[in-house]
Amino acid sequence: MPQLVSHPEEVKVISRRWGKGAADIDKYIEMGGYASLRKAVENGPEWVISEMKASGLRGRGGAGFPTGMKWSFVPKQSEKPKYVLVNGDESEPGTCKDHLIFLEDPHSIIEGTMIAGLAIGSKMGFIYLRGEYRYLIEIMDRALAQCYERGILGKNIFGSGFDFDAISQTGAGAYEVGEESALMESLEGKRGIPRIKPPFPAVVGLYGGPTVINNAETIASVPFIIEMGGAAYAKIGTERNGGTRLFGISGHVNRPGVYELPMGYNLKKMIYEVAGGIPNGKALKAVVPGGASCPILRADEIDIGMDFDQLGKAGSMLGSAGVVVLDETVSIIEFALRTIKFYQHESCGWCIPCREGTDWLKKTMTRFYEGYGTVKDIDNMSYLADNMLGRTFCPLGDAAAMPMIGFFKKFRGEFEAYIQANPAAPETQALVELVGA
Amino acid sequence: MADVNFTVDGKKLTAPAGTILIEACRTHGIEVPAFCYYPKLAVQAACRMCLVRIEKVPKLQTACTTPIAEGMVVQTETPEIAQARKATVQLLLGNHPLDCPVCDAGGECELQDMTFRYGAPTSQYVEIKQHREEQQWSPVVFYDRPRCILCYRCVAVCGEGMDVHALGVQNRGAGSVIAPNLQDHLDCEECGMCIDICPVGALTSGTYRYKTRPWEMNHVGTVCTHCGDGCKTTLGVRRADDGMEIVRGDNRDKSGINGDFLCIKGRYAFDFANHPERLTKPLIRQADGRFATATWDQALDYAAKKLKEVRDTRGPQAIGVIGSNRTTNEENYLLQKFARTVLGTNNIDHHRTADYVSFVRALAGKGSRAASLRDAGTAPAILLLGNDPTEQHPALAWELRTNVRLNKAKIFVVNTRDIKLRRQAKAFLHIPEGTYADAVRFLGSNDSDFNGIEGAKDFRDALRAEQKLVIFFGSEFRGHDIDALVSFGLSLPEARFGCLADYANSRGAADMGLLPDMLPGYRHVSTPGPFAEEFPNLPQTPGKNLIEMFDAAERGELGALYVVGANPVSRYNIDPASLKNTFVVVQEMFLTETAQIADVILPAANLYEKGGSVTNSYGDLQLVKKAGDRAGVRSDLELIVRIADRMGAKPQQLVPFGRGLRSDSGQSRGAQSGEADRHTIWLASRQIEPKVSPFDPYAVLDEIERLVPGYDIERMNLLAGNDVPTRLVSVESITTPRRDLVLPAEDALFTSGTLGRYSAKLAEVHESHRSIPGATPTETAAD
Repeated sequence: MPQLVSHPEEVKVISRRWGKGAADIDKYIEMGGYASLRKAVENGPEWVISEMKASGLRGRGGAGFPTGMKWSFVPKQSEKPKYVLVNGDESEPGTCKDHLIFLEDPHSIIEGTMIAGLAIGSKMGFIYLRGEYRYLIEIMDRALAQCYERGILGKNIFGSGFDFDAISQTGAGAYEVGEESALMESLEGKRGIPRIKPPFPAVVGLYGGPTVINNAETIASVPFIIEMGGAAYAKIGTERNGGTRLFGISGHVNRPGVYELPMGYNLKKMIYEVAGGIPNGKALKAVVPGGASCPILRADEIDIGMDFDQLGKAGSMLGSAGVVVLDETVSIIEFALRTIKFYQHESCGWCIPCREGTDWLKKTMTRFYEGYGTVKDIDNMSYLADNMLGRTFCPLGDAAAMPMIGFFKKFRGEFEAYIQANPAAPETQALVELVGA
Repeated sequence: MADVNFTVDGKKLTAPAGTILIEACRTHGIEVPAFCYYPKLAVQAACRMCLVRIEKVPKLQTACTTPIAEGMVVQTETPEIAQARKATVQLLLGNHPLDCPVCDAGGECELQDMTFRYGAPTSQYVEIKQHREEQQWSPVVFYDRPRCILCYRCVAVCGEGMDVHALGVQNRGAGSVIAPNLQDHLDCEECGMCIDICPVGALTSGTYRYKTRPWEMNHVGTVCTHCGDGCKTTLGVRRADDGMEIVRGDNRDKSGINGDFLCIKGRYAFDFANHPERLTKPLIRQADGRFATATWDQALDYAAKKLKEVRDTRGPQAIGVIGSNRTTNEENYLLQKFARTVLGTNNIDHHRTADYVSFVRALAGKGSRAASLRDAGTAPAILLLGNDPTEQHPALAWELRTNVRLNKAKIFVVNTRDIKLRRQAKAFLHIPEGTYADAVRFLGSNDSDFNGIEGAKDFRDALRAEQKLVIFFGSEFRGHDIDALVSFGLSLPEARFGCLADYANSRGAADMGLLPDMLPGYRHVSTPGPFAEEFPNLPQTPGKNLIEMFDAAERGELGALYVVGANPVSRYNIDPASLKNTFVVVQEMFLTETAQIADVILPAANLYEKGGSVTNSYGDLQLVKKAGDRAGVRSDLELIVRIADRMGAKPQQLVPFGRGLRSDSGQSRGAQSGEADRHTIWLASRQIEPKVSPFDPYAVLDEIERLVPGYDIERMNLLAGNDVPTRLVSVESITTPRRDLVLPAEDALFTSGTLGRYSAKLAEVHESHRSIPGATPTETAAD
C-alpha cells in the first residue's frame, strides 16, 4: 500500500479524511460524512447546481470543463433513465491520484455521485474503476454494501423520497476507455472505442440516456462544496480555477507523492519545497506538468502557476496534474520513446491518423533510439505528429502528438546531438535511387 | 423539413435541414472524399478523409458528422485540407502492400484514387511493412489483411445492413484487423456485400479473385436470372474459347431496383453458363433410344416436321406447350402466340409458383393498388404474410430491413415459422400450420381471439390503424385466399399488394399468357378482343393445363409436347413412361430429367446470353442485356421462330420486324459496351430502331406494348436501364385455377432449381453450410 505524504502548504479538501480509516462507513459518518448529501436533499437540485456553478470547479480528468455547467446541460425531462458515471479509469502515465481517493475515502465518491444524481434527476450511478486497480474493487464494493445496509443507497433515502442505486465496474485495461464515450461503450460491454459527438453524454449517454460523467476527483470534491458552499470553495484557488487539486509528483524529487494544493500553486515551489527538490544535488532538466500527454516544460519554464489557464498560455496543459520531474541525467530521446510506446500501445485503432501515426512514430523513434537516426527522421516524426494533431477522432491522438511535438521543438538540439554521438549511423536508405542527373 | 442555406467552396447551396454535410455536398456535385462513410449506413468518422474547413470553427471538421446549418460557410479543397488528406493517404500506404499490379481492386480502388488525387509519391518510412497472411472465410469470401485500410464498412453492412453480424474488429491499435465473429469462418448469408462495399482489395470474391483485370472485361448491367426480385447485376465478361465467359457478377453502379444490394445468387451463381455439361449441340433420339448429335437444320426440320404432322393428323388439341419462368417476356409472348396461331391450341401452361390469375381477379379494377419492389423500401407500414424473404426474396428482405432502419417503417409479420425478418418486425403473429386463411379472416373480423394466440388482437388493431399499408404475401395464398386477403386489404384506406413468386420471370410468364385459359394480360381466351382482330382463328375454348396435359399423355391423347426451358418431369414427378407415345421437343441448357425423355433437344441460351425484358414478382419490368455469346446455343426466341418458319408460318406475322424507318447497320442489339446502350436509346428516341431481324426481341416488345394490357410502358425509361412498373389490368371475370397448379419452388438462399444444380459455386456454398452444425440442409429443387 502506498505511503501517504503530507506538507504544511497543503489545503486538505479531498484528502481531508485520508489515513483516518474513512473507508469504513462509521468512521466516515463520524467525520461528517453524508451530511452533504442530507443538505443537498433538503435544498434540492437547483440549489445544488447553483452551488456547483459558484464553486468554479472544473473537471479534474484533464479537459477542465466547468462541472456545474455540465450538470445543468442534462435535460430535466427524459424518456430514458438518466445516469451518473464516475470515471475512475485513471491511466494517464504520471497520474496516481484517483486510486488514493478510492483507497482512503471511497464514501466521498459515493456521496458525490449521489449528489450529482440528485442534481440531474438520476436514480442510478456507475463507478467505473480502472481494470488494473483490482485491489480497489473490494474496498469500493464494501463501501457500497455498507451504504445499502444503512439505507443510504436504495429507496426513499433519508425518508425524502429520493431513490438512488450505485454499482461498481472495472475496465479491461485500455487507456482509451478513460475517454468518456469510450468508457460508456466499455460499460455497455462493447469495444472501448469513442463515440461521435454530438450528441454529448448529457443528452445521449450511457444506454442512450442523459448521462453526467465526471472524473473521480471531481466527484470527490462535491461533498465539500456542498458542505462549505460554492463561494468558499472558489476562494481556495485562482480566478476561474476554483478549489484544490491533487498533484501527483513523481520522478526525480526527494518526496514524491500526492499533495493536495490550491489551484494555481507555483510549479517551482511545488518541486523544490513541497516535494523536497531534486535528489543528489542534480540539476532539473524538464517537467511534464500534467501527465504524459502534456507538452514538456524546460527547466527555465517552471516558474508558473499550476492551473488550466496559465499552463495553457505556456503551451502546455494541466491535464491530470501528474507532475513528472526529470533531472539532468534523463535522455529526452529515451523519454520520448517511452511516451510514444505507451500511446502506440494504447491507441484503440479506430481512426487512421492515431492508429497509423502512433505506430510509425514508435517505429521511427525506436530506430532513432537504437542509434540509426538521421536528421530526416526528426523532420519525418515532426511531420507525423503535426499531421495527427487536431485530426483524430478523439483526444487520444492529440495526447500522443502534443508531447512529441514538444520534444522535437524544445529539445531538437538533443536529438541532433544524439545523431552526432552515433556517427556510425548509416544514412536512411533511399528506397528509390535517382540515377543520372 | 425546411431548407437550409449554406455555402460550399463559394457556391451558395440549399438542402433540407438535418442533411449531413458530406451528403449535401455530394448532392450538389461537390465530392468530399471518404473511405469509411457509406450512404445509408451509420456514420463512423474513422478515416478522417472528409475533413473540411468550416468558418469560425477552430479545427478541421469531418463532413460526415456535421449537419448543415443556416449560414454555414465551408471550404472542401484548400491546401490545408489537401495536406491533411495527403497525410492520411501516406499513413495508409505505410503498411499497404502496394501489390496493385496483381490486386483484384487495381483500377477500381478508392485508395488508388485518393493517392492519385492527393499524391504521396515518396515513401516516408524505411521500416519493414507489417504483413499478415491472407485468410479464407467462406467459399466466396477471402480477406487479404495487409490491404485492409480498416474503414469498417464491411462490419457495418454485415451488421446494420444484413442483420447478420458475422464480422467484427479484432485486436486494437495498429494490430487491428477485421475478423469473423465466429472464429475462422463466416456464419452468414454469403451475400458478398462486404466485398462489394470494400473500398480496396482487402475482401475478394471466391469466384473472381486473381482472374482478370477490371479493364479487360465488358461490364453488362442486366437482370439476375434467379429469384423473383429481379435485381440488377452487372456481369463482367471476357472472351473465352467457346464465346464469352462470365467471370464476375457484382452491383457495380448501384443503379438497379436493388439499390446497394445483391445476394449470393446474383453475385456468384452465374457459373452454370460455363458448366462443362452444358448442351451445345442439338440431339436427336435414335431408334435404339440413344441420343445422337445432329446439325441445327436436321434437328429443327425434324422437330417442325413432327409438330406439323401431329397438328395436321391428330389436331391441335393433341399438342401441348410448356413454357418457362426464366425466359424473357418476348419469348413467352412469342411462345403463346406460336401455340395459338401456328399450332392452333390453347394447351399451354408453365410451372406456376404463385397464383397471379387469382391475384389479378381479386384486384379487378384496382390495378393501381399493386405494389412495386420499391414500395418495400419506402412504405410506412408493411404486412408480410407467409414466405421467408431472407431465403426466397433477399432483395425484398434487404429493402424491408433498410426501411425499418432508415425510416422506422413498421413491419407486421404473419407466419407459421419463426422467420428471421421477425427481428425487424414491430409485431409478429406466429400462427399454426395451415391457418393463413383463418388468420386473414381474423384480421378482418372483430373476434377477440385467434387460436388462443397471445397478442393477436393487439396485432390486428395496430395493423388496422395503418393508413398506408403494403401487403406482401407468399405462395401460401392461392385462389379464394387471395380474394379474402385483398378484400381485407381494400378495407384499409390505401393498402397495396405484392404477390411473391419464385423465379426471375414467373410474373412475366403469367402476364404473357403462358396459361391455357388466358391470353397475354389475363384476357380470357373466349373473349380475345383486340387479339382476335390481329390474329384470326384464335382457339377460343380453354386448353389443357400442365397437369391435364400429362394426364392426356398418359391416356395416349397427347401426340406432341413442346417444352421450352422447363423441367416438369422432375418438378411434377411425372412418370417418364407416361410420355412414351408423345413426341417431345425440349429447349434446354442441360440434360435435365425432362430433356432425357425428349425426342429432340435444342441447346438454348440462358438469360445472360440474350436480350429482352423480364417482369419481377411485383410487376416491375426491366431490360435484360446480352452479356455474351456462347458457341453452340441459340435463344429460345430464335428457336421458336425457326420452328414456326419450318412449319410454314410466316416469321413476319410472328415477329413484326422490319418496321424501323431505316436500318442502322453496324450496331448490333445486345452489344456490351455502354456506348452501344446509349446508341440504342438514341435510335429509339428518334424512332429509327432498325428491327431488321426476325430474332429481334424489341420487335416483339413493340407488340407487347401495343397489345398487352398494362404493358404500355415508357420505352425510353426501360432502355435507360430503369425498372418500369407495369399495371395489372383485369378485363373480365376469371375463374379460380386449381390450387395444385401452383407449386412453390422451395428454393432457399443457396439453391436455385436447375441453375443451382449446375452452379458449382452455389453448390459449394450450399455444401459448406450443410457441414455447419445447426444448419438445416435443404434439397436442391429442380425446375
